[in-house]
Amino acid sequence: MYDIIVIGAGVTGCAIARALSRYQVRVCVLERASDVCEGSSKANSGIVHAGFDAKPGSLKAKLNVAGARKMPALSRELDFAFVNNEALVLCFEESQLDDLKALYERGIENGVEGLELLDADAVQRIEPALNHVAGALLAKTSGIVCPFELTLAMAENAYENGAEFRFGEAVQQISPISGGYAVTTGNGTYEARIVVNAAGLYADRIHNMVCPDPITITPRRGEYFLLDKDCGNLVQRTIFQLPTKMGKGILVSPTAHGNLLIGPSAENIEDKENTATTSAGLASVRERAALSASDIPYNKVITSFTGLRAVGDTGDFIIGEAAEGFFDAAGIESPGLTSAPAIGEYLCELIGKRIDLTKKPDFKATRKGVTHFAQLSREAQNALIRENPAYGSIVCRCEQITAGEILDAIHRPLGATTLDGVKRRTRAGMGRCQAGFCTPRVMELLAEAQGIPLTDVRKR
Amino acid sequence: MREFDLAVIGGGPAGMAAALAAKESGLERIVIFERDSVMGGILNQCIHNGFGLHTFQEELTGPEYAERYFRKVQEAGIPYETGTMVLDITPDRQITVISRERGVETVQAASVILAMGCRERPRGTLGIAGFRPQGIYTAGTAQRLLNIDGVLPGKEAVILGSGDIGLIMARRMTLEGAHVSAVFELMPYCNGLNRNVVQCLEDYNIPLHLSHTVVEIHGKDKLEGVTVAAVENGKPVPGSEEYFPCDILLLSCGLIPENELSRGCGIGINPLTNGPVVDDRLETNIEGVFACGNVLHIHDLVDYVSAEAAQAGRSAAAFVQGQRGDGGETHQIIPGDGVRYTVPCSFHRNSREDTHLRFRVRSIYRDATILISCGDQVIAKRKAPVLLPSEMQDITLKYPLLEQADADIIVRIEGVTA
Amino acid sequence: MTRNLICICCPRGCQLEVTLQDGQVTDVKGFSCKRGKDYAVSEVTAPVRMVTTTVRTEEGVSVPVKTAQPIPKDKIFACMEEIKAVRLHLPVQMGDVILENAAGTGIPVIAARSLGE
Repeated sequence: MYDIIVIGAGVTGCAIARALSRYQVRVCVLERASDVCEGSSKANSGIVHAGFDAKPGSLKAKLNVAGARKMPALSRELDFAFVNNEALVLCFEESQLDDLKALYERGIENGVEGLELLDADAVQRIEPALNHVAGALLAKTSGIVCPFELTLAMAENAYENGAEFRFGEAVQQISPISGGYAVTTGNGTYEARIVVNAAGLYADRIHNMVCPDPITITPRRGEYFLLDKDCGNLVQRTIFQLPTKMGKGILVSPTAHGNLLIGPSAENIEDKENTATTSAGLASVRERAALSASDIPYNKVITSFTGLRAVGDTGDFIIGEAAEGFFDAAGIESPGLTSAPAIGEYLCELIGKRIDLTKKPDFKATRKGVTHFAQLSREAQNALIRENPAYGSIVCRCEQITAGEILDAIHRPLGATTLDGVKRRTRAGMGRCQAGFCTPRVMELLAEAQGIPLTDVRKR
Repeated sequence: MREFDLAVIGGGPAGMAAALAAKESGLERIVIFERDSVMGGILNQCIHNGFGLHTFQEELTGPEYAERYFRKVQEAGIPYETGTMVLDITPDRQITVISRERGVETVQAASVILAMGCRERPRGTLGIAGFRPQGIYTAGTAQRLLNIDGVLPGKEAVILGSGDIGLIMARRMTLEGAHVSAVFELMPYCNGLNRNVVQCLEDYNIPLHLSHTVVEIHGKDKLEGVTVAAVENGKPVPGSEEYFPCDILLLSCGLIPENELSRGCGIGINPLTNGPVVDDRLETNIEGVFACGNVLHIHDLVDYVSAEAAQAGRSAAAFVQGQRGDGGETHQIIPGDGVRYTVPCSFHRNSREDTHLRFRVRSIYRDATILISCGDQVIAKRKAPVLLPSEMQDITLKYPLLEQADADIIVRIEGVTA
Repeated sequence: MTRNLICICCPRGCQLEVTLQDGQVTDVKGFSCKRGKDYAVSEVTAPVRMVTTTVRTEEGVSVPVKTAQPIPKDKIFACMEEIKAVRLHLPVQMGDVILENAAGTGIPVIAARSLGE
């Protein structure tokens, strides 16, 4: 019997697993997909929100601000990219300046530091590519991370500290047993004293298997454009639009790896699997992004994608003990990515009231990510190639990713087993040719490492 | 730091022909950097025939054409370094390379020839709505999987785009037992060569639908099918949608010269070709840096690549040997009516060499005349029964002709557009 | 009767017009070279094509191969079947005969690349 089963290996589940792995408990993460970060977590904006947006007093407000505060130190501890690039919320109408001020004040109330109201000239000075605005709110603590890297970093660290991860385990049934729950998947039954529901879009189904009062999670479709690194510096900051009656607005932002991201649209849909892009959705993104900057070079789009946010029915995160020994971490929509590290710790607090959580003496807080060869000094590069010649062989031309990095991604803890898995861990295939050249090479490396024929290598 | 008279970036057909011509022109310290583990570039996966009629007066397959050039390179004693990728070129021609054997190293070259080739336009740039499942490949990636790695990546295929690689792959997949339901082309004309329509599609009863495109991708994890629609004025026609089941979608929607290194070096790029802006010597705006082959502009025949590359090799040799004159005044070559682009973009009036003018037309012309004029005077004229956008045109302007040209010249087409 | 063809000998893709009488070619128009004229005659009487494909070696490497000359069109798939059955070991030299007699045409299949030295 496990002490704790976490259902879902998205950013929330992995943050919870990592937080729990500090303690002397047996933790198992059950994930229906073949890798971590396969649901909502893989297709979002990657923004570390400062925390001015959420309603004061809400869990969202509290956990957002706490999560954002943790992020810089966490990025050093777990070796993932965090760029404190700041954010601007643009206000286009003089008549809305009061709303902008209200946002500023809400941020102060939430405990956000580094907020400043800017006039039109100041905005033009710092972000000349933007259209004329009436004013803007500057958030100096806002930043960007790569959602894959953040999720992988927490998962790998949890794994190294003893948490188990089981993939291909779609939960079908949860039954109360003496002293806990039996969780049945397509592969078998696992027992635990505590169950944590971090199932993202499916958190309602998991909750409703156990609890008499049902919750509903609605998939909210968000479509994005990703542009070539050539235009990653169109803006330096993450550019939001002040929410209007017409909706929450479209962001324009550099990514942690220097691309330009535009999106997302926001449309509630029925199908939790429908991650297809639509012509109408992408057209609306273009139209609304043009409010912020008229000259976005759409001929530099390298891909477009859709993410589904897991929107709860309370307006706030749904976190708490929903039945004895059964904890929800549901409805983790934006600012969920930012909040994740704080959600993990908050869950530990709650679980600690139910079972004994004693710290491990040998907890290893740090994790070393995949070596980014291109970022090393010439001396370090050559030392690495001498030690392992695979680092002298470039596989992904566009992002300059070496065979050494790909092999590291395959062989490391919770290593990649699919093309997408390699891509998320190394960026091989994320560049402008979108894996045209490196696909066959990465397939070869995966096939060889797993001892399978090339034809059995999966995309995900 | 190792020093070379000439560093050739890329060991495909362009790079090998350039190095050979430079050697024949007397350059000694030459090196070819090739990122793949073998020489030959993309030709190694182009196992079909149709190469070499101009160069070798016989019809060869891609690997044969590559091997013949490779033997010449070996016989000429030109050093080549495979598994070696160029990471950076500076304007003073210092080149940083990486390989398993030598690590990361910077070398100095007196001249550089860019011959990196091109890449394919990926799905993400096409703006097709829908899922992103397994089973969508650019035609060249599928070609590599099939011809080099021995993997047939699908059984039921749809091809979007009528580029030559797509047409060739339609036949290749059919021969390997796959079913290819159709080729769809957004434009009202075929982008590949007519002979490939005949021998790759018609021979196997594979329909080619012009003015059609894929508007939606179906299948979340694995491709299940595509929705295709007719296109008018660049927009899908509502109600014309048709569903085609498939487990593989091949994209043959255009090639993009791969000029990341060139941009990093400060080389001016022609937005019409996505290749470097070059003069009649195939020299870029950075002195001593030349370009040829598909990195310069997309060719449809390797024989033309070899010819162009040889010219770049001779130019580089003349530059290093200090044998070229200043060439006199330079004038621009401007694409006029009906002409999409020209290579080169400028010429030296006193270069004392013939100039090869290579260009493509914008649409299909019948009973056409190619007119080259300087000021209000037509200085050259050529008739053509048909001009197709899929065919690169190549006109030699004899040296004395350009010596007379005292202003920019314009290339334009007169004829009936079909 | 006349037949219109597009020549496949080179990228020019000349539009050919072939006149036939009682199955005999009496006239060819539109060609720009002798190969084109020959193609026109062959295409309307006994069409032929080169076959190019690959052979998987026992060592797991694919070797490109081709028919040494064009073979009758209706033999293409039979030729493919025979090539698929070929077992091959490295090393292979460009020009090596892989199959003596492709689908009874008398034309050999040869390697189009040297591999495995």
